[in-house]
Amino acid sequence: MHELRTQQRLFWRNREAAFFTFFLPVIFFLIFGSIYGNDRISGIRGARFLEAGMIGYGVASTAFAGLAITMVIRRETGVLKRVRATPLPPTTYLVAVLVSTFVTFLIQSLLIIGIGRVLFHVGFPSRPLSLLLALVVGAACFAALGLGLTGFVRSAEGASAVVNFIYLPMAIISGTFFSPQHYPGFLKAIANVLPLTYFTKLSRDVMVNGHHLWAEKSALAVVGAWGVAGLIVAVRRFRWQPREA
Amino acid sequence: MSAVAVHGLTKSYGTHEALRGVDFTIEAGEVFGLLGPNGAGKTTTVEILEGYRERTAGAVEVLGADPQRAPRGWRDQVGVVLQSSSLYPSLTVGESLRVFAGYYTRPRDPDEVTTIVGLDEKKDARVRTLSGGQKRRLDLGLALIGDPDLIFLDEPTTGFDPGARRAAWETIRSLRALGKTILLTTHYLDEAEQLADRVAVLRDGAIVREGTPAELTGGGTGTEIRYRRNGSEIVERTDDPTHRLHELTSEALQRGELLDGLEVRRPTLEDVYLELTSE
Repeated sequence: MHELRTQQRLFWRNREAAFFTFFLPVIFFLIFGSIYGNDRISGIRGARFLEAGMIGYGVASTAFAGLAITMVIRRETGVLKRVRATPLPPTTYLVAVLVSTFVTFLIQSLLIIGIGRVLFHVGFPSRPLSLLLALVVGAACFAALGLGLTGFVRSAEGASAVVNFIYLPMAIISGTFFSPQHYPGFLKAIANVLPLTYFTKLSRDVMVNGHHLWAEKSALAVVGAWGVAGLIVAVRRFRWQPREA
Repeated sequence: MSAVAVHGLTKSYGTHEALRGVDFTIEAGEVFGLLGPNGAGKTTTVEILEGYRERTAGAVEVLGADPQRAPRGWRDQVGVVLQSSSLYPSLTVGESLRVFAGYYTRPRDPDEVTTIVGLDEKKDARVRTLSGGQKRRLDLGLALIGDPDLIFLDEPTTGFDPGARRAAWETIRSLRALGKTILLTTHYLDEAEQLADRVAVLRDGAIVREGTPAELTGGGTGTEIRYRRNGSEIVERTDDPTHRLHELTSEALQRGELLDGLEVRRPTLEDVYLELTSE
């Protein structure tokens, strides 16, 4: 608990990172919601489509990009190494970081849903439990991928370049902002393997169509598989110590 | 029982042998200085003792445990200052100490530690706004927050201005007075001479000399006498400075001259160190 509070404080103190991972999806929702909130996308109202999409974008920015960048910086500045010199068990530290990431993502999602309700007249999701589970599954999958990615980033300076290079195109291709229906074939092919495509599908089905989470077994399976793959890479590649100078 | 016991410690990276059979012991309550040029193996040695690196061969015991297999409770008794500063930039000084205090079973009072490391005025300042020397002092504070029995200080005063170094030395002396065992690595020979009860000089992964600073500077080189005669400087070395000086001064007085710029100097640790490491 002590460590979870510390992690939350660390997150909100770091204004640039908080803006980038927490507020950007919210701001995009405001902007795009104002632009095409009343158009129809894939047969549903733009704002509803976008609300679920921005939660998908949020999981990528908070649990994946934000977490990966933060952990690379902490590794390279020796903070992780320093923490390992204390009696705090490393697993406790990691669990606190992950739970804190989830708390941030949860607040972000609630904010997006709140804005959708107040500004864009999108009803509250009819299956809150399924939605909560979807958020947990998505956060776990993308956090595992984020931690796995840290093993391939060599320097603190390179962290945001590498991470942005991966996650921004992923967010766009996966259809968080726009419907991928009219994408050219090769983009669709890429979208068909990306985990964010399937998480966004999960969040849309639960939020827009009011389905149970487990009604979407194949999407759930793809997100889960990516999560497990990320976890395996993370276990093999995650490092506590900076690269030798 | 010794606080630290190292026997036949070797560490290889591929074919490169970073440590080639290092032996030393540190008694409880002792300040032990590990000296040596860059790349001699100081940090490798310390990081093996801290449990960060695995050894290739040899026996290592730190507070009765093997650092590679020590239980978490062992870390309660060990304080660490890493070679480079490692702090959360967005926390304040006070918050940093409180966060780390939470990791230990019997931590010291964070306010007390703030005072010990001389950061009272910076208590509410964000870490990112601190100077390099202030960050190092906070590093030291974090190493002390768990009230450890054994403290590893890897180049704790590198980059300090002279005043800050003196202050850090006072802190380290006060820790010694509390009965803490300290392993200190440093480039600065005056630092080792001032602080360490015993010193080991590491070179190319092996200890080339070990003893008290007085023992190290006592043997070998002899005392140096310098003076000027007819405008040119003369340097002599002697093992019997009392007689030699008497001869020199009485000769000069007989000739009615003065010995210009007369200087008598015992070898410092620096001389011994340069001699040992420059071969």
